[in-house]
Amino acid sequence: MNFAPDTSIDIASAVNRATAPSAEPKLKVEKLNFYYGDNHALKNINFTIPEKRVTAMIGPSGCGKSTLLRVFNRMYQLYPGQRAEGKIHFDGGDLLSKNLDSTVIRSRIGMVFQKPTPFPMSIYDNIAFGVKLHESLSKSQMDERVEWCLRKAAIWEETKDRLHTSALGMSGGQQQRLCIARTIAVRPEVILLDEPTSALDPISTSKIEDLIDELKQEFTIVIVTHNMQQAARCADITSFFYLGELIEVGPSNEIFTNPREARTRDYITGRFG
Amino acid sequence: MASLARRRTTDYVVKAISTGFAALSLVLLAWILWTLLSRGLPALGPHVFTKITAPPGAGGGLLNAIVGSLIQIGVALIVGTPIGLMCGTFLAENGRGTQVANVVRFVNDVLLSAPSILIGLFVYQLLVVPFGGFSGWAGSAALAILVIPVVVRTTEDMLNLVPIGLREAAFALGAPQWKVVTFITWRAARAGIVTGILLALARAAGETAPLLFTSLGNNGWSLNMSAPMASLPIAIYQYAASPFEDWVALAWAGALIITVGVLTLNVLSRLALAKMK
Repeated sequence: MNFAPDTSIDIASAVNRATAPSAEPKLKVEKLNFYYGDNHALKNINFTIPEKRVTAMIGPSGCGKSTLLRVFNRMYQLYPGQRAEGKIHFDGGDLLSKNLDSTVIRSRIGMVFQKPTPFPMSIYDNIAFGVKLHESLSKSQMDERVEWCLRKAAIWEETKDRLHTSALGMSGGQQQRLCIARTIAVRPEVILLDEPTSALDPISTSKIEDLIDELKQEFTIVIVTHNMQQAARCADITSFFYLGELIEVGPSNEIFTNPREARTRDYITGRFG
Repeated sequence: MASLARRRTTDYVVKAISTGFAALSLVLLAWILWTLLSRGLPALGPHVFTKITAPPGAGGGLLNAIVGSLIQIGVALIVGTPIGLMCGTFLAENGRGTQVANVVRFVNDVLLSAPSILIGLFVYQLLVVPFGGFSGWAGSAALAILVIPVVVRTTEDMLNLVPIGLREAAFALGAPQWKVVTFITWRAARAGIVTGILLALARAAGETAPLLFTSLGNNGWSLNMSAPMASLPIAIYQYAASPFEDWVALAWAGALIITVGVLTLNVLSRLALAKMK
């Protein structure tokens, strides 16, 4: 099998990416603390997500990386008892401010989850559902949008003849690409990916990784992953979290070849985690 | 090995016991159905569906009872289903984990297990006494009170089966809660919710006690909801206890009609739901 990671290429491409012109900050996290009830899950996080780059968040389970991801689109607000303190600068405002409407934020900062979550409706309606929340399009405009996002998600060829059949009949990998298409369809600025490939086989995984590379032309991507090769392959920036703290962040090639922190080195070499 | 032999014996005995009791319950059901069919089928005839109550020997039928039942159950469902659906939705979605929801759920469970005759008496006090008489409205109200807790319970249970991830995915697209509920969770749970409504319908269709004190029964032809109204369970109750052979036969026919009616509706809705998927 040729799915074994080729690290030499990874590093070369990571170096290429790192030398690309520096990007504007898209999200700027400032002194963020997060609590699950009394549990202090994120401790004084300061972190900048650059625009139109792929930023990976790695770390052992329970380190807070998914928690941070769920702060970015205010998903945590669905659950009483979870609260965030601090600031996240986004487009001149504070993402955590009560004045901003969660539904608007979520339309601008989309999210794809670990398990594919197709809605129990047709492929077409899966996409139209999200679009209709924010825009009123004519039938032909909607058709166009559906095709556009399915093409972007590299799944148009597989779905064009079955748009009106149930999305539940697709394979896991197709479902996940549909979920990405559905997120893109709303035309967000940021896409959050929460371990998007951990439930998928290697072929589907590599398709989604290729897709991530495409998508960063237009979108800012933040990906949480347990797979370090994936971070090395896809991400321009990698951040390492441990026990609720941001230990280290930098260009992926530096993090994976020459980390400054001993804990980062121990984690990426598999000594713990 | 001795212990392995013992495990196998235990396994065999437990299997035999559970299979035996499963068979027993099936036998009871089959027995009831057989009795119903063997007594009800010979009693069926066009007169059952075309004639209303008549004196013994005069060749009466069940038309007034069938129509009365349909009207009262229909009104009960129209009133009870939305209330039950919204209440179950509140418990599973908006109120999840709150104190209010816990109280509502407890009260609903009490209502679910309340003796139906009590509900009949309650409506008697509430709608029959103050308005000066038995009525179809009162009968429908009593049946609606039976329908509500069943729908609440099944709706909540079915909505709780919908994975949290599906809701989060809808929220993540920027959907407000009411759209998440109506377009995603209801949709995902609709087969179960419809089953719950049918369950409630089946319960309402067979209840006699709540109607005794409310719609009373009516031997004549009446579509007036403000007057006493006939119904199948009450007709069965009235006929089965009579000494007249043709009335007893009509009681069996009525029982068969209720059973077959509920069964057919169940099968049809299942087929329809299977097709929708």
